[in-house]
Amino acid sequence: MITSRAERTLTYVIAIAFSAAALTPLVGVLLAALHPPGTLLSGISLPETPSLGTFASAWEVGDFQTLMTSSVFVSTAVVVLTTLAAIPAGYAFGLIRFPFSNVLFYVLIAGIIVPFEAVIIPLYYTFRDLGLTNTYWSLILPQAGLQVCFGTFWMRAFFRSAPQELIDAARIDGATTWQVLWRVLVPIARPAVFTMVVLVFTWSWNDFLLALVMISDDAHRTAPLGLSVFKSRYGLDVPSVSAAAILVALPILLIYVFAQRQFIRGVLSGSIKA
Amino acid sequence: MTERRGTRTGRRRGTVSVPRRRPGEPRLVGFVYILPAFALYGLFVLLPALDGAWISLFHWDGVTQATWAGVDNYVDALTDPIVQQSFLHALILIVFYSIGPVVLGLLVTAALSRHPMRGLTAFRTIVFVPQVLAAVVIGVAWQWMYDPQGPINSALTALGLDSLTRAWLGDFGVALPAVGLIGTWVTTGLCAVLFIAGVQQIPVDRYDAARVDGAGPVREFFAVTLPGLRNEIVVALLLTVIDALRAFDIIFVTTKGGPGTETFVPTILIYKRAFVSNNVGSAAAVAAMLTAIVLIVSVGIRRLEEARER
Repeated sequence: MITSRAERTLTYVIAIAFSAAALTPLVGVLLAALHPPGTLLSGISLPETPSLGTFASAWEVGDFQTLMTSSVFVSTAVVVLTTLAAIPAGYAFGLIRFPFSNVLFYVLIAGIIVPFEAVIIPLYYTFRDLGLTNTYWSLILPQAGLQVCFGTFWMRAFFRSAPQELIDAARIDGATTWQVLWRVLVPIARPAVFTMVVLVFTWSWNDFLLALVMISDDAHRTAPLGLSVFKSRYGLDVPSVSAAAILVALPILLIYVFAQRQFIRGVLSGSIKA
Repeated sequence: MTERRGTRTGRRRGTVSVPRRRPGEPRLVGFVYILPAFALYGLFVLLPALDGAWISLFHWDGVTQATWAGVDNYVDALTDPIVQQSFLHALILIVFYSIGPVVLGLLVTAALSRHPMRGLTAFRTIVFVPQVLAAVVIGVAWQWMYDPQGPINSALTALGLDSLTRAWLGDFGVALPAVGLIGTWVTTGLCAVLFIAGVQQIPVDRYDAARVDGAGPVREFFAVTLPGLRNEIVVALLLTVIDALRAFDIIFVTTKGGPGTETFVPTILIYKRAFVSNNVGSAAAVAAMLTAIVLIVSVGIRRLEEARER
């Protein structure tokens, strides 16, 4: 294609401007976190001797050991529950014909857009009456209930696109519906399941509202809730709060760096077909 | 897929285990497969949502006996200036979360789609980063950006614009747009990535044809790119409008609705009434209204698109 050199330069200028805008706040907190704890900062300043000491002290002060353990446990449990429920459900909605399947599918899909604020009030009072607030269950079960909507939707799309010959061949060999799913389809569904796992883990890790409402004791706080508590306690200590924020973001950023293709594709195709 | 729908067999509920059936017939075993998913969704999302609608019909402080209110909570909410204000704020946030990012996303797409660019993958990866971060982390990062001593004010000072510096998140009249711009920052990358992926689906010969006709960049954009991205624009609007209506975490972390009620949005109001001031019935009513609006908006945007496709 013929395009002028000036235009080409303009393209790069725009691309770089957008990238810079996306990164500036993150660079801001990163530079802040490289200062010693308690430093009074002004604007974007480079530390005289950059050190990771603030990360270590924030880890100690914020009891990040406990926060990270809680978050890893909760998110892993949500991923396991969601995956185990979404695979058969996606299979049924995609390949098995049963009564009311269309209506039921739409009911389930509504869960993707419903504002969680509408669900949280009765959920809190029910869990309180059952004595389940301040437990991991109060985070795991509602999150799995929400995520399974996306998970089912996602797996259904995959199973629908699975090669029919493969299923027919297994059928002729006498495989039952159940065997077709686990022996034939799930092995070829690994990339789709991987994408789902990455997305569900991230969304679960990043959840804030549910933890804010359900958890009031130190032992069960998740990382984002811990960060908000940390911030309200040490808000004036910009380097420490910044370091704490980076600690919370780091696991997800690492996953994103390694799985950015799946990440983007999952969010995009998930949203386009919704 | 065959279109044979044996609804009659489907209705005969009692006969679950029929070993011999013709292929393509509806099979009740489907219910077994969806049971775990529906158990989770039903118990922890669907039933609570209905329960919430029920609670909204009572005066209740969350502790003592609830008393029947009928539609009182809804009537009160509709006439309550703070509720009205919070929905107005949500409307303003839509400009920042949705319209701004879609326009910016189109701008960057128009620039990038003119010719093959190096580093497109890196660009995509970078602008998409705000989408993967926890909102609490984003709130912390932006609170520092907006801090009286923060990077934005010092940049303004460095440019000799001292008169513009302020405590952005604590300033009446500025706090809401400031919070809105955080939303713009979050969703612009999503729109850009969505549109760039969409442009790649537009047949190249349409661009060639436009260029043969002597179209410049601007005409090419309006004649080819924009119509080609219609679906993606609808999806972007749908996602970001819902984001704007549901926004909670970022506002809670940065301003908690303040200063005063400057950044009150429906979700903040719901949280405060349900869990701080114990006006649970009213909170549930506002929550039901918000849910209804979100559902109407998403169905509406879809319908709009379907109508235009015909």
